[in-house]
Amino acid sequence: MAVPNVLEMRDIQKSFSNIPVLRKVNFTLQKGEVHAFMGGNGAGKSTLMKVLTGIYSRDSGEILINGKSHHFATPRDAEAAGIAMIFQELSLIPTLTVAQNIFLHREPRSGYLLNDNEAVRRSREILTDLGEDIDPNARVEDISSGACQMVEIAKALSQNAQILVMDEPTSSLSEHETSALFRIVRRLQSNGISIIYISHRMAEIFEICDRVTVMRDGGIVLTGTCKDISMQALIDAMLGPGTGSSLQWHERNSRADALTVLDVENITSAGAYRDVSFQIRAGEIVGLAGLMGSGRTEIAQTIFGIRSPDTGVVRLNGKSIASTAEAIAAGIALVPESRRRQGLILDHSVAENFLLPNLDLFKAGYFVGERGAARKILDFIKLLGIKTDSPDKAVHELSGGNQQKVVLSKWLVREPKLLILDEPTLGVDIGAKSDIVEIVRKLADNGAAVLVISSEFEELLALSDRILVLQDGNITNQLDRRNIASEEVLHHAVQS
Amino acid sequence: MQSKASATVTAPVPVIIPQSRQVQWRDFVVYIFFAVVLLFFALTIGDKGFLSVANLFNITRTTSMIAIMAIAMTFVIAAGELDLSIGSSAALSALVAGLTMAAGYGMVAGVAMGILSGLAVGALNSFFVTVFKIPSFLVTLGSMQLIRGLDMRLTYTKPVAISESAFNSIFGSGKIGPVPSLFVWSLVVVVVCHIVLRYTTFGRQVLATGGNPVAARYSGVPVERIKMYCFLLSGAAGALAGLLYSGMMQTARYTFGTGAELAAIAAVILGGTSLFGGKATVIGTFVGALLIGTINNGLIIMGLDVSEQMMISGGLIIMAVAFGRRPTKT
Repeated sequence: MAVPNVLEMRDIQKSFSNIPVLRKVNFTLQKGEVHAFMGGNGAGKSTLMKVLTGIYSRDSGEILINGKSHHFATPRDAEAAGIAMIFQELSLIPTLTVAQNIFLHREPRSGYLLNDNEAVRRSREILTDLGEDIDPNARVEDISSGACQMVEIAKALSQNAQILVMDEPTSSLSEHETSALFRIVRRLQSNGISIIYISHRMAEIFEICDRVTVMRDGGIVLTGTCKDISMQALIDAMLGPGTGSSLQWHERNSRADALTVLDVENITSAGAYRDVSFQIRAGEIVGLAGLMGSGRTEIAQTIFGIRSPDTGVVRLNGKSIASTAEAIAAGIALVPESRRRQGLILDHSVAENFLLPNLDLFKAGYFVGERGAARKILDFIKLLGIKTDSPDKAVHELSGGNQQKVVLSKWLVREPKLLILDEPTLGVDIGAKSDIVEIVRKLADNGAAVLVISSEFEELLALSDRILVLQDGNITNQLDRRNIASEEVLHHAVQS
Repeated sequence: MQSKASATVTAPVPVIIPQSRQVQWRDFVVYIFFAVVLLFFALTIGDKGFLSVANLFNITRTTSMIAIMAIAMTFVIAAGELDLSIGSSAALSALVAGLTMAAGYGMVAGVAMGILSGLAVGALNSFFVTVFKIPSFLVTLGSMQLIRGLDMRLTYTKPVAISESAFNSIFGSGKIGPVPSLFVWSLVVVVVCHIVLRYTTFGRQVLATGGNPVAARYSGVPVERIKMYCFLLSGAAGALAGLLYSGMMQTARYTFGTGAELAAIAAVILGGTSLFGGKATVIGTFVGALLIGTINNGLIIMGLDVSEQMMISGGLIIMAVAFGRRPTKT
């Protein structure tokens, strides 16, 4: 082997209250490689990363960095050994400047006082090195989320990190920002920095990564070179034996003579979208493809009555919709883009979240019909396979995929006539993702109209009967799924 | 219910999740604290009259105004807002009712005008909070001053004597059997508000609004309207408290309810309601108010002077809140 291992984790074990979460995990990272790290929620990948970054201590096993054994008692020890993690939820402080964030806790000093000029100078140096034009004096709250990611990377580099762990780095980035990030990743790689790249997004992994490791049930089930592994093999490894993938498109027979459920007529909203019109029939799944910022979320919000258009009208079964209350009453449901911010009340229980939009359905005289709701939520927990040990558990304790299923359940109980899904599988593991795809298909088969918005073309292609292409707030194209041969065709349609 | 739920979960989850049940005693910290304080005073000053029926009813009588304001404050805080003007509107309603009755319009008109003045303060607050989107802390910090100034101006700080004996009995010194009417008022408010918060659609929507206003809106909750109702409730409760102050004193004064907003907030937080909204308990608030009242009463009987009372009750509040805090997650 010509390439030396920068990191070796040997026989790592970790248990929580006698339940093994990591079972003798062996993992190696070569110098200068981008190594994809995949696995469903609960597979143990975040525990392993927490052991690596010193947040958890291991029960047994060894961590070697450049051949030298290390023991990390705290995250600071891991930092000192050259390991830095870039978190999914960015860990920057919005009210401080870029430079202040980069050198937070390690501010350059002159005597007893902080030397701001030095911090700015060194920040600029690192950012320029990255090929990024970000003002070190700008406040973090004023820069884009793509720029925040770069600042996070700069922060890691300022600590002389040799190993970077990136946790779902593209989940909040636009297409453009993603390609900028990839450019940086390649540059870091050529400087000899090794990257562990955690992601659920297959296409990204094949684009940027050299090798890939898949974890399942606390152990590593697959490691190999990306070039030699098919997407299907990865999915199979993650799901385990005996589960097929539902991310394969199969033609559905939605009837062309079915009644129009949703009728969007010439809606315009300044700065968001212009003169948008389309219809969705009963039983039809329509995809809305477009880049982030193309107006797709705003259109969803408008149909759901959260946002009102400047002109134009939205009708459901012929009835015009002007408010969220009207939208819900008419049978529209929205699974919003941000499940943590818009979809759920995180500190409230599964049952309470389930009940909230359905207080009208579950009534006992003047009071809330809690008993009826409790029975119903148990049905949905079983039906959707929500992993929670009680309906009374706070939703923030659930994994992303299970949280999303709670959001789905709170709308499915209303038997919606139109279901709008905005990025329904963002940050959701592959198992839950195929569950969600199945649920949506079943709903449409039972006659509901469905509108899906997604940045993942793979998902749009798996679900949709018809895809609308949105560019800068305009619907520029409409494609029948049968006429889309590959993902590239859709890519081309969206970006040209 | 829990065992039934876990039976339906098919796949074992290898993730370790801290059992939320284990920390739930923290929700009851106010009751434990209350019991300990009662026991302590019973043992130390039980023979000095603390345990006498008259004294116990005295505690409930003097706490009822704070309790009523604290219960309304529970709704406001549960919805993620704050109302600092509640004490000022208590004095406003007392004066408005007193002046109405002094002008010869009688008790019913006096009470109605008093309550209306409280609702007006609530409407004013909610207008600036929901329409202009100004944080309620700032809006009510302003209206607290504004209304207190108005209170002083109404009679140029002169007290208004109330001679309606029916009013003074119903809202003040009257009794139902041995039970002071002031205590009855607070009990009625507790029961009604507990049911409203816990068992009605409105209550759920209040908690949702405070828990996450964005998600609440996406679930069809009219968050602005819910906040408005909470401020109106707070105004009305402040007004009722003002009527009770004036009934008890048979006079209306502009000083009524000074500092009551802070005592009410203390009772709410002691009771286990989250200062950030989304989680609230009316019964907890009531016990929190009783706890503060009991501590003050006990310390007086022990012969401590006001300065010592304030230091001790302040320290106890911090302690109780510290015990009731959930460990922060990393």
